[in-house]
Amino acid sequence: MDAFTTHTGTAAPLRRSAVDTDQIIPAEYLKRITRTGFEDGLFVAWRKNEPDFVLNQPEYADASVLVAGPDFGTGSSREHACWALLDGGFRVVISSRFADIFKNNSTKSGLLTVVLPQAEVEALWAAVEADPTTSVTVDLQEKRVTYGECSVPFEVDDYTRWRLLEGLDDVGLTERHLDDIEAFEARRPAWLPKALPALPA
Amino acid sequence: MPKTLAEKVYDAHVVRSAAGEPDLLYIDLHLVHEVTSPQAFDGLRAAGRTVRHPELTMATEDHNVPTLEILKPIADPVSRAQVEALRRNAAEFGIRLAPMGDRDQGIVHVIGPQLGLTQPGMTIVCGDSHTSTHGAFGALAFGIGTSEVEHVLATQTLPQYRPKQMAVTVEGVLPEGVSSKDVILAVIAKIGTNGAAGHVIEYRGSAIEALSMEARMTICNMSIEAGARAGLIAPDQTTFDFLQGRPHAPQGADWDAAVEYWQTLRTDEGAVFDTEVVIDAAELAPYVTWGTNPGQGLPIAESVPDPAAIADEGERRAAEQALAYMGLEPGTPLREIKVDTVFLGSCTNGRIEDLRIAAELLRGRHIDPDTRMLVVPGSVGVKLQAEAEGLDRVFTEAGAEWRGAGCSMCLGMNPDQLKPGERSASTSNRNFQGRQGKGGRTHLVSPSVAAATALTGRLTAPADLADAPVPAVV
Repeated sequence: MDAFTTHTGTAAPLRRSAVDTDQIIPAEYLKRITRTGFEDGLFVAWRKNEPDFVLNQPEYADASVLVAGPDFGTGSSREHACWALLDGGFRVVISSRFADIFKNNSTKSGLLTVVLPQAEVEALWAAVEADPTTSVTVDLQEKRVTYGECSVPFEVDDYTRWRLLEGLDDVGLTERHLDDIEAFEARRPAWLPKALPALPA
Repeated sequence: MPKTLAEKVYDAHVVRSAAGEPDLLYIDLHLVHEVTSPQAFDGLRAAGRTVRHPELTMATEDHNVPTLEILKPIADPVSRAQVEALRRNAAEFGIRLAPMGDRDQGIVHVIGPQLGLTQPGMTIVCGDSHTSTHGAFGALAFGIGTSEVEHVLATQTLPQYRPKQMAVTVEGVLPEGVSSKDVILAVIAKIGTNGAAGHVIEYRGSAIEALSMEARMTICNMSIEAGARAGLIAPDQTTFDFLQGRPHAPQGADWDAAVEYWQTLRTDEGAVFDTEVVIDAAELAPYVTWGTNPGQGLPIAESVPDPAAIADEGERRAAEQALAYMGLEPGTPLREIKVDTVFLGSCTNGRIEDLRIAAELLRGRHIDPDTRMLVVPGSVGVKLQAEAEGLDRVFTEAGAEWRGAGCSMCLGMNPDQLKPGERSASTSNRNFQGRQGKGGRTHLVSPSVAAATALTGRLTAPADLADAPVPAVV
């Protein structure tokens, strides 16, 4: 996972609530077995069917910060939704509320999800709609979103922030605790099920 | 200190807990399918890691599999490549795989319970958000992303933050013709598609206790549609009776030891829930969705809502966008909405009881000539059971298509899709835009509403069929 410290770019206002992961990337684009190349599926239905969709507007085509309505990322657990956003050039998604699995996946794939109050989301929407060239800086070190004259703090737990700043691999961190895992395994009841060997019905 | 059921299961699996860090949680069972696993196996290979516990891992092919001619190679080369990748990975890492054609194959959330691998008190994960299904047994079961799939394969653990606790209490007796699908659609309509974010839901109350295991699985399955990490129900005699004798259920003295433990898996008197929702069973009715998320649902006797009457600007805009996509006018009675396709199946409603309920309504009748009905059993096991009971003939004689097992039209990764503008009544779990095929329009319904709708070609409750026997639905 790439480390995330600070990012500066332009922002796209996505004025929609409850954007589900089927909209971020539909199921037919999940058949790829690589971890990259998902940009073709990003918001593909809206990009193809809605000429006025925000990402079809040239002034937002190069945006790297997505500012979305509440409950972004509901639905499927597909991490491909994070990969598609990253492959499509986004490093940050800002919303007043995220779905749990999407938010969790984002912290594993290096996409920063920032929670701001809805009033701040509205203010940011207004600013980038008034001037699409507005430069937005998302600083994970300082935990601030800054644009124009505005600087808004955001919360992120210290552990997640540290992992993202360092770009750390979770598996490697967990492997430091193999002794604890082995001790737990020694205590598990013997009757717990095993998938092997396969037993007849 | 009194604990909830979910807290008991969580605490029993904490490998390591340290201030300022997520807990490390042990995972008892990891279910794997072809869509969310290939990059995880690649990650293991790249780091030179192995699967820590192949015997606690079970793989199957479900999302991509065709439901016709399942013994032939998959025609779509991209789908085929993904399934073949799973086969290679399962062989390389020593994981049990139930491939297409195998009697244990089926939707991952149908085969776990069917094989007895899903048991009370376990932690169960899968790279699929409907893993919450397994919570019906009193297991803590939740969906994960591909990075976490890799983490569980490598370590049999997951870093987790303690979830908040929500109680959804349904007291009373469900009216005739009202099913567990209607209960969960009503819950989601009440709290919204992300209303349970950060929470684990425990479903409780006399109406829940009266449900069969199949019906409980339907409710827990859709916990994610309310935004919950997981949903679960305390195990009881109904749970134990379902499990006893299944291939991987404990036997003999092990069974007794297991049941003794399982009986402790109840929320303690005085345990505190962060959020509580109460539903009166007697007030429920068959539900259908009108919009493009599972929270946009209403009793079938109602009409398409008018967005202008919605005060909240965000919700109003969402309703306007939903109606534009769905091609619906405000004020249209839901019962007048005509459908092209009825889909009976999925991890929500593709189990034997669901098929029995629908077959009972279709027996001796014929579906509407302009409507097609796909019946897709959730697993090969369900298919064989249904065929042994003659349900396949009931469906085909009524004019429905009897298919092979898989996820099918729930998400249209295989050829079973809606065409642009087509409208379905579907027993699946998501009515998102394009979910069942590009431009397809989905109304979520229960199995009995699906069957009644197939008969008339319009959204229909079983009670609307003049000469219909009202099925004894739980």
